[in-house]
Amino acid sequence: MTAPVVIFAVGNPSRGDDAIGPECCARLEQWLANEGLAERFELIEDFQLQIEHALDLQGRQLALFIDAGARTPGPFTFRRIAPATGAACTTHELPPEAVLQVYVQTEGEVPPPAFVLCIRGEDFELGEPISALAEGNLQSAFELLVRLCCQPSLATWEDASLAIAV
Amino acid sequence: MTYQLETAAHPETLRRVAIDPVSRVEGHGKVTILLDDQNKVHQVRLHIVEFRGFEKFIQGRPYWEVPVMVQRLCGICPVSHHLAASKALDVIVGAKKLTATAEKMRRLMHYGQMLQSHALHFFHLCSPDLLFGFDSDVTKRNIVGVAMAHPETAKRGVLLRKFGQEVIRVTAGKRVHGTGAVPGGVNKALTIAERDELLKDIYHIVQWSREAVHLIQKVHTQDPGLYNSFGIFRSNFMSIVGHNGDLDFYHGSLRARDDNGKIIFDHVDYQQYDQYIEEEVRSWSYMKFPYFKSLGKENGWYKVGPLARVQNCNQISTPFAEHERKEFVDYAGGSPMHAPLAYHWTRMIEMLHAAEVIKELLHDDDLLGTDLMVQGERKMEGVGVIEAPRGTLFHHYRVDENDLVTMANLIVSTTNNNQAMNEAIRNVARRYLHGHEITEGLLNHIEVAIRAFDPCLSCATHALGKMPLEVELVDVEGSIVHSLSRS
Repeated sequence: MTAPVVIFAVGNPSRGDDAIGPECCARLEQWLANEGLAERFELIEDFQLQIEHALDLQGRQLALFIDAGARTPGPFTFRRIAPATGAACTTHELPPEAVLQVYVQTEGEVPPPAFVLCIRGEDFELGEPISALAEGNLQSAFELLVRLCCQPSLATWEDASLAIAV
Repeated sequence: MTYQLETAAHPETLRRVAIDPVSRVEGHGKVTILLDDQNKVHQVRLHIVEFRGFEKFIQGRPYWEVPVMVQRLCGICPVSHHLAASKALDVIVGAKKLTATAEKMRRLMHYGQMLQSHALHFFHLCSPDLLFGFDSDVTKRNIVGVAMAHPETAKRGVLLRKFGQEVIRVTAGKRVHGTGAVPGGVNKALTIAERDELLKDIYHIVQWSREAVHLIQKVHTQDPGLYNSFGIFRSNFMSIVGHNGDLDFYHGSLRARDDNGKIIFDHVDYQQYDQYIEEEVRSWSYMKFPYFKSLGKENGWYKVGPLARVQNCNQISTPFAEHERKEFVDYAGGSPMHAPLAYHWTRMIEMLHAAEVIKELLHDDDLLGTDLMVQGERKMEGVGVIEAPRGTLFHHYRVDENDLVTMANLIVSTTNNNQAMNEAIRNVARRYLHGHEITEGLLNHIEVAIRAFDPCLSCATHALGKMPLEVELVDVEGSIVHSLSRS
């Protein structure tokens, strides 16, 4: 059975703070298992978003994209996104909005409500661990992530995104 | 085969245009163009992030970790690194000949990788240029634009890539960071359920791949003035070839030809690759420039990848792809085709071959076997070579008595194509930029030439907020006088 919520975690674990996505995914997987919530969420970890990820949106009630951010507001941002054309000039790193748009084009229907949790990183060098600053950002973001997973509904997630925007 | 436009006579008097990083290629790269006051091109260089850091990263690690670690080089072709490293470590554990199950599982994994990577490149990276034209609206020149204008083409691209990823998942254990290949063999075989699931779709995949070949053949042959000449340069070429000179992506011996197709060397055991290939360092690039020792630096550089492979082999073992190879060779008129845009045509022939091989393998019961590993006399050094989607990939390791890696040398496909890519963009710059004002459309011509080689520029980060492309015009004092960015 398809889990109602899909969570994409993006990043290369060997590239410093780019590991934020995979690390967040690993912690979340453990937490969901401990709470007995694993069946309600499908976690997908990858180096970067690609066009086939649009197919992973099929049959979902909610979607979340977790990624590190370079020069993005700290410690993190959480916002709802919509399908967007022309948002990318590269398909090797498709932005989440373009994944939603590909879903529209290939499935011919509106994608599930989708949000981005962007956690600020500082250092993306090969072989480096997650920096101390990014680790703090990750911890702050994970607290929000736990709240979101306790109440996986559109209304709750929209409220959370609006609260953070304020 | 000279280096015209590599180094300007008086660079201090010239303006500098930087395309940084190159868009729609893996990782980050940079093109710098030095122009004089009349916009005449004096110097063109493609700079690429190198893998040297990764080679040091591997040193000191236990050898059995390497096939998993090296996948972090690249998010688009991790399987190629996984298998090249495993092949090198097969030598170190004394596995001279793998079991039938192990070799066929690895082949299935690799051909799944070739299929998905070639599908991604053609449908997602290059079809926007090919279907809309190089000067088209930049907002349409991406896969979303293709999806809107050609929905069926875009959907097939998605499904071809998805199928290739599924092949990787069932053979490697996971879609990324798989562990299927280990030194001496594999750690899993295929289950009947996994095989039957893939068999459901493979006939569609073969048919769609045939249609993709016909699509690019039509695009190419309808505009020979552009496709046969854009960025063209002559060079040697190299690949591994399999038994009887067949096209083989997984295993074989090294063969090289000159620009007229005459054999330079053949039947070379790749364990001795360093007796035939030298790597040159140049001060302006992090990436080395390999060349054939026998021909020297000036004349020994070469190209690799689909255009080299399809013309280097004697034949292709699968019927549909062999038919398409003959069509291509006939079109080339009896001598090697050197046009960079012909990479797209040959890439689709290879995708078709990969689909046909996957179909054959799925009907082979050896994939369901239980004999997965062999070992033999322990060695201290090994070389693994594979034909990755972008070309010949070398992994070379030395291991000490404590099983720790003491030396790693990688010559990745893009390094093998380093000089060739530089030559292609110099030709494009000479033809399209010389004496003109720099526009976004003209700069995209440079990128079109680079993308034809499908370069992997080291898997950099893909964090949100990073600017995928910035173009800077810098004056002789180093001040930015104009910049463009795509976001």
